[in-house]
Amino acid sequence: MSTFRFPPSITSRPVYGTLAPRPGKAHLMIADAEGAEALLDLAAADPELFANAHVIFIPKGTGDRFTEPLKAANPSILHVGPSYAASVPRIRRVLSDAHMGLQVYLAGTEGLMGQAMNEATAAGIPHSAIQTEHRGSVARRMQCVHCKGITEDVMTDPFVCAHCGLTLFVRDHYSRRHAAFQGVCIDAEDPGNIPDPVELYS
Amino acid sequence: MTIQFNDETFRDDYTFHNSDWAIRRFPFPFHEDSYMYSVNMEQHRGGPAGSVYEKRFDVDEHYVSEMKDRAIVLAEDPLRCQSLPHMTLAGWDLLELIMVSKSEDYPDLFELHRDGNDWRWINRPLGIDDRFTFLDEATLPYGPMEYITRQTQGDFAVLDQRDENLWMDAGMVTTQADWSLDFDIGMNFFEWHAPVPLAHEMGIFKRALKFLLNVQQGNPARRLNWTMTVNPLLDTSPENYHKWGIQKTTLTPENIGSKQHLRVELQTFFRLPRSNALVFPIRCYMIALQDVVTVPKWGRRLHRVLRDVPVELATYKGFIGNRPLIVDYLSQFDDGLPTSDGIWPDLDTEPPLRKG
Ligand code: HEM
Repeated sequence: MSTFRFPPSITSRPVYGTLAPRPGKAHLMIADAEGAEALLDLAAADPELFANAHVIFIPKGTGDRFTEPLKAANPSILHVGPSYAASVPRIRRVLSDAHMGLQVYLAGTEGLMGQAMNEATAAGIPHSAIQTEHRGSVARRMQCVHCKGITEDVMTDPFVCAHCGLTLFVRDHYSRRHAAFQGVCIDAEDPGNIPDPVELYS
Repeated sequence: MTIQFNDETFRDDYTFHNSDWAIRRFPFPFHEDSYMYSVNMEQHRGGPAGSVYEKRFDVDEHYVSEMKDRAIVLAEDPLRCQSLPHMTLAGWDLLELIMVSKSEDYPDLFELHRDGNDWRWINRPLGIDDRFTFLDEATLPYGPMEYITRQTQGDFAVLDQRDENLWMDAGMVTTQADWSLDFDIGMNFFEWHAPVPLAHEMGIFKRALKFLLNVQQGNPARRLNWTMTVNPLLDTSPENYHKWGIQKTTLTPENIGSKQHLRVELQTFFRLPRSNALVFPIRCYMIALQDVVTVPKWGRRLHRVLRDVPVELATYKGFIGNRPLIVDYLSQFDDGLPTSDGIWPDLDTEPPLRKG
């Protein structure tokens, strides 16, 4: 099963819901990897929804597993992109046409949902018209507080910053603006004393 | 009195020091022998003559050197000063508030001359004499918030008020107790306070926010917060933690009196007139333990407070590892006598330390 129950955390950490069909003139759905399952559940709940849906899907290592089922749900437009970054111009373009009544559905990893949420709110979509559902990997998008570089898909605590090379511990403190959690040097007070990395939530 | 400005550093050779005057007026943050988080807010309507509460924006002997330190931090990391686009008007509000307050409260140091929107600002300690057009950004070398907070001690968070919440949408943050403006910018009151232990569960932030949303123009409020810092390092930022963190491990029984500092923030809250934003100046005062204990009441009390403060707070504030050393040192200055209520030194009425 691709769902994970996050333990209770601090107040900056986002919480995600379960996608539910909502009435709207148009529907923009953005998902990566197992996030596709949340969209398929949505289609099962309300097949009509997909007639006006633009689906942007990033398989992210799931191969073709979800493309056929998504096609079979008959969305108005299905775009399968190679990476989230490559999809951003498209997402912006679609959002630039957004009319009142557009519903946005985000599903998959936290990194995808956080970044797409920023695109949607920057385009003026009200929070009340955006839903999220976490599926699949619990990997985190991390900002290094020291060099400001973003490391994507962090699976362990601690981890090595992909930019400056410091070993960082993984905080729960989360910035919606950066769509990232905060990473802080783990051996500042005892240089070289770096514990073995542990898988997140293991 | 005229202030003698120290020539001192808050990094490298750490020549920072407090005069006797600065020690006596230090904002000691404990009004009793124990400490726990509370909604400790009161009106900011002056205070005893010479105290840090007296003026709206306290200027002291560290002013000039603190502003040099801020310039160093900003040159290394301009992200310490950020303002989201909708906050420019609040920046002008803040500039006006500070210029009016300082020129009224310290006429020998600051002058403000206004002719409509043609303003002239004279800052004698920093050698500044600038003319500019109020509300016209092109006439200042920096944005209005950055311009005035490069000339004012303390960090500044400028909060937009909307949806019954406060949003940290601008700030100048170079003397912070280990939090990042770049990370927190755009967050609301509950989000940026997320890492604080216990206080959420105690309902403190709900009540504090309610109070802040109702702060009225001309009716500022204030509170004190505190932590512990090894060496008089103003820039205890998370950004540079990988550089300064190691300094926390350099305490010994011999050097602790001069190296370990009590760090106190005088936090004030002002409503701004045009933008309806709230500005939150966070003024940092530091004092070496060896100077704290020259006030017998403070020596007794600090020992008791730090000995008994909950583990969660000592951990969050980052001195849990050094607590045994600190408490050991301070115990020499606690003879067990009772202490008087309130934060003031009470030098004339409190007994000297009984040598035991
Ligand atoms: C609107 C103005 C305020 C701003 C901008 C502000 C900002 C902050 C920030 C950035 C932190 C550090 C959090 C971290 O660990 O990352 C903090 C800590 C804290 N704040 Fe506030 N705060 C404000 C008002 C208040 C008020 C009114 C209270 C009243 C009780 C309060 C209570 C606290 C406490 C108890 C801590 C933990 C401090 C410690 O233990 O050293 N804050 N605040």
